Amino acid sequence: MKSLKNHISLIIALFTVLFSVQIYVGVDRTIAAYETRLKNDYSIIVVAHKALSQSEFKAMDSLIERSEAISVDQVLQRLQGEMSKKNLDLLRITLPKFYRVYLVRFPAPDEIIKLQKRLQSNSDIERVEGYAQTHDTVYKLMLLFKDVVQIFSIAIAAVTSLLILKEMRLWQFQHADRMSIMALFGAPMWLRSAVLFRLAIVDAIIATAVLCLAFFLIDQYGWMDILLHTVGIDVKLFDFVDDSLRSLMIALGVSIFLTLTIVIGHEEEE
Amino acid sequence: MDKVIIADNLSLSYKEFETIISKANFSIDAGSFVFITGASGSGKSTLLKSFYGAIEPRAGGLLVGGVKMNRISTSKLNYLRRHIGIVFQDYKLIKEWTIEKNVMLPLIISGYTKEVSGAQVEKLLGHVRLSHQSGKYPPELSGGEQQRVAMARALAHNPILILADEPTGNLDEYSSQVIWNLLEGANTQLKTTVVVVTHHIPEGLNVPYKHFHIESGSIHEVA
Repeated sequence: MKSLKNHISLIIALFTVLFSVQIYVGVDRTIAAYETRLKNDYSIIVVAHKALSQSEFKAMDSLIERSEAISVDQVLQRLQGEMSKKNLDLLRITLPKFYRVYLVRFPAPDEIIKLQKRLQSNSDIERVEGYAQTHDTVYKLMLLFKDVVQIFSIAIAAVTSLLILKEMRLWQFQHADRMSIMALFGAPMWLRSAVLFRLAIVDAIIATAVLCLAFFLIDQYGWMDILLHTVGIDVKLFDFVDDSLRSLMIALGVSIFLTLTIVIGHEEEE
Repeated sequence: MDKVIIADNLSLSYKEFETIISKANFSIDAGSFVFITGASGSGKSTLLKSFYGAIEPRAGGLLVGGVKMNRISTSKLNYLRRHIGIVFQDYKLIKEWTIEKNVMLPLIISGYTKEVSGAQVEKLLGHVRLSHQSGKYPPELSGGEQQRVAMARALAHNPILILADEPTGNLDEYSSQVIWNLLEGANTQLKTTVVVVTHHIPEGLNVPYKHFHIESGSIHEVA
């Protein structure tokens, strides 16, 4: 019973570390998906004196992916009843060219300003509208959210690592007799501490399995998917192959590293 | 004759300005049977501890099995301990392990195969008359039986040196006799050097032995 309690303490601590890491990964993925969505929706409006080709736009800045001419027909249609055909034709010729410029990726706010300046330096371009202000607010809010989650995850990982260290000290205390007897017969450090490493490895595997189960249930229940779909994001919060492998590596890494810290510390004390 | 232990002006202490053993000069021949006696607190157990590296010499030199014990590295100490069998007054058995596994401990550490270890353990448990108890755990045995297990463990890996600290201190007559017989047998048949720390030397031993006595931090051989 006591041993089970010790196992559960470590499993919960490891699970917390893994869960916070997975939440960070999930947020990162969500933000990346949101960035892609923003990138697809986002464009700069360019007003030019003359018609500009796709390649001309691309030559202006490497950030530009493509351009799309904005048709003026709709505006002219509205004026059809009020103006003669001749005037309308004249207007069609004299109206500047409007373009929607799409970018290769979602830009940082300063990149938008730079791009705007570069486009405006072109003598054929009359005006550029980057909507930098709106863009800036959304982008900064997103980065803030990402940073908060990251800090939160690091804090959880640090606190739970300390808890794991304490737990392992308890284990070491429980197995101190056995380890010192083995030392009297010349057992090397790794053999003496084998029981600690075995416990750490088993608990790391169990913690990973519990994490997979938790995300499987979240996936099955589907409420996270509904939430994400409402904001137009389609993202996989937990990839059962990649994420479970990464989580196992993290759990094993953390538990083995902390066991080593305890064992080496004990060796030096001796 | 080869020397298993050589002490050259050996001083031992736990604290800096305290002396337990002072400038001791003695040697122990390979294959000999040695008793170290002395009053309680005279330092005989401390001296024995220095032989297996549990305490380092404060001054002077100490060679055990050709290994210098001053500032000995962990790997050298482990190597040396794999060639020594130790019997403690409080047995020092691993409570969570069966009797069989306890006896097997030195063989596991030395990397013997399960077949070799199993055969050796079976033979030794027969010698200490505990074959029928092999699956039990130490707390299920009496003190005498536990010490016999500890004795079997000390012999398991055919050590060059057996160190015994009051091996029969708390035992009944039967268990004491088994222990002495095994120590005698190891010494006469396997030529293992045996060093026993005790309050008094048992009567009726069938082996020639050397006797060192500790008094006021000094060691002298008793003729």
